[in-house]
Amino acid sequence: MPTVLRIDNLTKAYGALTVLNGVNIEIETGDVVAVIGRSGSGKSTMLRCINGLEKFQGGTIEVAGHKLGSGKSNLRALRTDVGMVFQSYNLFPHLTVAENITLAPKVVRKLPKSEHPELVKSVLARVGLSDKAESYPDELSGGQQQRVAIARSLAMQPKVMLFDEVTSALDPELTGEVLKTITELAETGMTMVLVTHEMGFARGVANKTVFMNEGLVWEAGPSAEMFDNPKTEELRCFIQPNLK
Amino acid sequence: MIQDFGWGSLQFLFLGLLWTAGLAFITFIAGGILGMLFALGRTLGPACIRIPIKIYIELIQATPLLIVVFLAYYGLSFLGLYLPPLAAAAISMTVYATAFLADIWRGCIEAVPKGQWEAADSLGLSGSERLRYVILPQALRIAVGPTVGFMVQIVKNTSVTALIGFVELTRAGTLLNNMTFQPFHVFMSVAAMYFIVCYPLSWWSEKLKERRHANSAAN
Repeated sequence: MPTVLRIDNLTKAYGALTVLNGVNIEIETGDVVAVIGRSGSGKSTMLRCINGLEKFQGGTIEVAGHKLGSGKSNLRALRTDVGMVFQSYNLFPHLTVAENITLAPKVVRKLPKSEHPELVKSVLARVGLSDKAESYPDELSGGQQQRVAIARSLAMQPKVMLFDEVTSALDPELTGEVLKTITELAETGMTMVLVTHEMGFARGVANKTVFMNEGLVWEAGPSAEMFDNPKTEELRCFIQPNLK
Repeated sequence: MIQDFGWGSLQFLFLGLLWTAGLAFITFIAGGILGMLFALGRTLGPACIRIPIKIYIELIQATPLLIVVFLAYYGLSFLGLYLPPLAAAAISMTVYATAFLADIWRGCIEAVPKGQWEAADSLGLSGSERLRYVILPQALRIAVGPTVGFMVQIVKNTSVTALIGFVELTRAGTLLNNMTFQPFHVFMSVAAMYFIVCYPLSWWSEKLKERRHANSAAN
């Protein structure tokens, strides 16, 4: 499989505080990668660097054929190929679900209006919310809002999707429906990078897991191997209480 | 010649009220347009735009409106620019309203959560598209209540232009008082006219703010 995301020696600091200390990651098309690690290990920052939400000082990122970190980059083109789903959903509260979904396709990709209903229908079907097109975000539960956010991102037909702790703001009983949606998405072959605290999910759905610690990729490999035979003491300490 | 306070006096005051309303209207339109540009420059512009606007806003907010009015009328005439009272009043009121509206609206733009900006960015929207489709529609909703509230301030503060001889409602009142020597009748009528214009605005502003709070409480 071809490489779709390559992070090379990525470094980032906020003033004197170093957050990323030379991160190297390589992801192939169709990979589902879970990024785990303690709060402050740099995993969310790394994810936000990939679609240019955070600037970084050193290294390069190459994602879906777009380059970041060496010379001028076309963020707009990059972002049409790289979707992002946030912890706090960030749906646009003044727009309906359908308008949330079609805004970027309309404005950025110039999709003709006649094709909007079909697009809305197809992406909402993929997240199991076909009947919610005309609802406003505040009429939906947290889990439903997060699924709409996934649908909004899917509507741009991204080559890679980034998920930033997408279940962390949800009640436990709502977490399941969002994880189910992501699992189904993984089965369609979507390339995904998920920063997550859901260890069971990481192990079950992600084919690769990256463990970050102190701004570095501490350990990485196939998920089953990572969870069954952690090589480093830090990963062992991190996953043992989590898996119980 | 001393007149008695009567129907004719009320008509005279009403004419003054029209000038008050007219000046307030001009102020709101001109101050609104400039205020919007300044609010955008203050929040999104580069430092060379942001800092001068910040200084302008702070300077005007710390200056009594009457001084701004005097500067426009007496100050400019000293420099050879003789403005009629209406022009001096409109210019100084606009200078004042621009500073306050720019600051109110800056706050409203900044009140749109950071996540909304990031979501728009991550969908590939450009800076101006982000503003047009995501940020401004939300900022506008936040802004309606405080903006209507500030309109009340504009209406009341037009009264300071009486001091440069612009015959709006307050000035009409003092003129009428000189003719009738019935200050109580005259100024109660003046106050009532301000109230009739301002109270509905205040009431509306409160309603809009309540509705917004009810909405955000439901979220």
